[in-house]
Order: sequence, then structure tokens, then C-alpha cells
Amino acid sequence: MKALAWHGKHDVRCDTVDDPEILNPRDAIIRITSTAICGSDLHLYDGYVPAMKPGDILGHEFMGVVEEVGAASTLKKGQRVVVPFTISCGKCYHCEKAQFSACENSNPADKHDIGREGLGQPMSGVFGYSHMTGGYSGGQAEYVRVPFSDVGPLVIPDDSVEDDKVLFLTDILPTGWMAAENADIEPGDTVAVWGCGPVGLFAVQSAFLMGAQRVIAIDHFPHRLELARQFGAETINFERTKVYEALQDMTGGIGPDACIDCVGLEAHGAFADNIIDQIKVSTFLGTDRAHVIRQVIMAARRGGRVSMPGVYGGFVDKFPLGALMEKGLTLKTGQTHVQKYTRPLYTAIAEGKIDSTFLISHRMALEEGPTGYQKFHDEQDTYTKIVLKPGMAGSASLAA
Amino acid sequence: MPPLSDHSDAPDDAPVAYSKVADPDRTLIEEAVTINRPASELYQFWRDQTKLAAVMENVVSIVPEGADRFRWTVKAPGDKEVSWVAAITNDIPDRELSWQSEDGADVANSGRIRFEDAELRGTVVRATIAYDPPAGAIGRIVAKLFQREPRIQTRRDLHRFKQLMEAGEIATSARNRRQREERNEDQTITRELEETGA
Repeated sequence: MKALAWHGKHDVRCDTVDDPEILNPRDAIIRITSTAICGSDLHLYDGYVPAMKPGDILGHEFMGVVEEVGAASTLKKGQRVVVPFTISCGKCYHCEKAQFSACENSNPADKHDIGREGLGQPMSGVFGYSHMTGGYSGGQAEYVRVPFSDVGPLVIPDDSVEDDKVLFLTDILPTGWMAAENADIEPGDTVAVWGCGPVGLFAVQSAFLMGAQRVIAIDHFPHRLELARQFGAETINFERTKVYEALQDMTGGIGPDACIDCVGLEAHGAFADNIIDQIKVSTFLGTDRAHVIRQVIMAARRGGRVSMPGVYGGFVDKFPLGALMEKGLTLKTGQTHVQKYTRPLYTAIAEGKIDSTFLISHRMALEEGPTGYQKFHDEQDTYTKIVLKPGMAGSASLAA
Repeated sequence: MPPLSDHSDAPDDAPVAYSKVADPDRTLIEEAVTINRPASELYQFWRDQTKLAAVMENVVSIVPEGADRFRWTVKAPGDKEVSWVAAITNDIPDRELSWQSEDGADVANSGRIRFEDAELRGTVVRATIAYDPPAGAIGRIVAKLFQREPRIQTRRDLHRFKQLMEAGEIATSARNRRQREERNEDQTITRELEETGA
């Protein structure tokens, strides 16, 4: 089959590799019909995530048709399914508490050591996202092996609902939703959202649905700021405006009630702390670029809430721990418990409460994936979201 | 830098395997895992020791030799194998099993596995294993094997046990059989168990 494989920093190739097979009773093989490039895939592309090996197949946002099932799978051949990016067994204590991204069983035992060393505990399994999260082949491919297929995949019963409408149930829609949920929004709240990429834009929509009175969205790409504005957010362009000062003023000197960092470890901008962080990262002194989370904590009101869906992987210097404590902030974070949200969010999409298709800017053949990565990386304002379609005629990429 | 104070003789309740001051020559491992299944089910799996080869990465086979005696054959470096007979020395159904290797073992070892009721969380399975450093030429090979992160090995084996008992299968991230072999993972367990009707 064809698949997008990581070969190093800024080196993604469309390789021909051997097909997946059923290995365990609960497995299923899915033929991919749509798969997206995620902003967090860019962390891999930029070489920020350790434990990648050349040849690893990328992709954790995908859906398709059931091709083959193991003896204990509950799926049936021919069903259309959306597959959560987190792999969860559904049987361990964490899964039973709906903390699916903390699943104890989906990361193979021999892959635990990196997580134990770096994080204190191993992570759960994730498709196509380094050997720290299991080393699973991802879904930017023609086929994928899906373990625990009786727990994760959501069957889309209605064939008239096109892929584009439900694809983002795999990751970014539940991630934006959980980001807002973690902000414990109360009616009347002002919520500030850093980053108007896909997760940030879903967080903006979710925050309003949860009762926020105002949402202030922060980015610098004009198209992204415009999308946020379309969903009712006020905007701050961080290249034009002093963010902390503007937020204090816009909230009458109080600070936002809830702050959501939808950026993570690759914060942009020529800020002094970012530049120092960047030098340390590129010289392997091992810190994340953390300008956003620092600013989030400084901006939040006293007694406020901080939600951090943005991905961080390592250690951070000059973390404003004193502000976190002295202001009595609550910080909630984590990889998304996707399986907890797929059903209710599918309903929200079906009822038209959430617009899930506005993001897609480009559709490409799988073979064009390497170009897709480069464009998504270099031209983020134009390429808001790329969906790859295996089987689509090559060189026929369509702007949406 | 000298310690600011020395209260290291003050007793505590932590496992001795994690002592900073105990005899460093002794190879003592203690590892615990919580499994979301009742103790009786987990005990039953361990009581039939032949099944353990399926979850233990380096174990080639465990064959019964009379009542409560089992011959263990374990991979050693350089495509070698080491072997010993271990007898069950204490058996408290659903609670605890202890074993001791018999004279002539390539690696003298003893241990105990306990199944502690953890109520809503299932059962805490706690393994305590002591190895006597072996002597002689084979001993050096074996010592190398068992000093090569035996704690990590034990932890992984217990975790594979957890995966099998909770999820019904041992997780593998391999894409297909070929990749599984390439990665040198021992993932034949579910099939073997199915064949033996376990």
C-alpha cells in the first residue's frame, strides 16, 4: 500500500510499504477514505518529538471503511467508521472512568520506558505519533490496523453524511471541545483563546455553546482571525497589539475568566523568551518554546482557569509558577479523551450546532502528502486544513 | 557535599527493594501492578505456571515436573538458554504464591507473588524476586542477563499480564506479522492461549 512515512526533519515521503494485517482478536483493518494533516503532525515534521524512527507511518486523523475484522471485533465489514486518535482498551480503570487517553493497556509494554523516564508514567497508545505513544502505524495511508476496534471507532450509520462533516471527530473537534470543558466556563465568562488553528477555532465555538459571553481570540494570520470573528469572537493580532495589556483593558482590568492555550510548544513570534527557548531546543538543551503558556498565566484573572490542550513534550524554563499559585489559578490539561466525546459531538454536528467543515481549505491525493506537509507548514494562513484522499486522482488538489 | 543530616536509620513503610541503604550486592526486585480483575482469576492464571511463558518475554518454556515443580527455560545472551527447576513452597489460594529454585539451578532464585484486593480498582499484584548472583562461566553470562535491567523486565512482564487479563490480548503496535517479527516482540500469546483453551 501507499503511506506517508516520516524520514527526518522536514522529510515526509509517500512510500510503498507492506499492508497491515489482523494481529489480535479485537483488531480491525480500515480502508482509509479521508485523513487529515494535524497541527500536531507539524511538531513531528519539525523534529520536536523524540522517539520517531525513519519509516514510521504518520497520521492520527482518519476515517474509512471496515475491510477486515478480528474474532473479537464488534465492527462489520463495509461499515463506515471514524477512528479516535487515542487508542484505548475500554477495560482498564482509566477507560472505565472515561479517561480514555490515559488507557493503561494500549501502549505495548516494551515501549513504556521512554514515557516513564520523560514523564514519570508511560502514555497511552496513539496512532502515528512516535514510539513514546506506542509506535503504531498511522492513518495517512491506504489501510491501517486499528486495535481495540470494539471500543474506539464510531460507526457513521448515515451514508448521506459526507466524510468532511465527521472526519474531525477523530481529534481536533473533541480536542477543542474538551479544551473549553477544561476551562469550566460559567455563564457571563470572558474566555481568551490563544491560537486560531483548528483546535482554537473549535474551542471558540465550544466556549460559546457552553455559555461564554465573550470570546477573545489571539493569532496573527489574517484568515484565521477572520474565521474566529465569523464565530463571534473578538480578535487580537499579536503582531499588531500588546496582548497582555489589551486583554486587561478589554476585560475592565480584571483579566479573562478562562484562558485556553491552543498553541503548545511551537509558539511563534520574536519574543525574547521564545528566542532563548528556540536556541535551547535547537542545541538539544531540551526546553519547549513556551511563550504562550507564560502569557496565558500572566493574563488570567485571579481565581481564574487555565486550559492547556496545546501539546508540550518536555521541560520549560521561566515558568511563572508564582503567578499560578498566588493568583489561585486552576490548570487543566491533557490529551483528549476522544471516545468520551465522539457520540455527543456527532449529534451536535447532525443538529447543525457545530460547523465542522469550514476549516478544510484543500483536498489532495495521498501521494501529494509530502507537498501537503510543506504547504501546511509554510503557508498556514492559506492552508488551514488539508484532507488527503487515498484513491483521488493525483495532481488534482482542489482548494475548497 | 556531605548530607545536611543523617536520619537514614529512621524506619519507614516503603518496600525494602527501594532502599538507599540496603546491601547493594543483593539482587532484589519488587514491582507492583494494579489489574482491574478479581484476585481469584489472576491467581488461577499464575497457579498454572505453564501459562506464564506467554507473558514473560525471556521465558522459553515452563514445563511441569511432578506436583508443584516446574522446569523453567529462559533465554540467555548469545542464543543460549539457562534452566532450573522451581518448586512452589507456599500457596494461599487467591492470595499468594511463593517459589524457590532447587539445587543445581543455573540461576538460584526465589520469589513471591501476592494478590491484594484493591476493591474498585481490582487487584494489586506484587512480585518480589531475589536472585543469587551465579558463579562460574555460565554464571557470568547469566549475571549479565539478570543484571540487564531485571526490574524493567519484571515490570514489562507484569504489564503484559495486566494487558492479557484486562484487555484479553497483549498490545502490539506492529502493522503486520513481518513487522512484529522484525521488532522481535513475543506476541504469540493469544493464539497459544486459544489453542490450549485458556
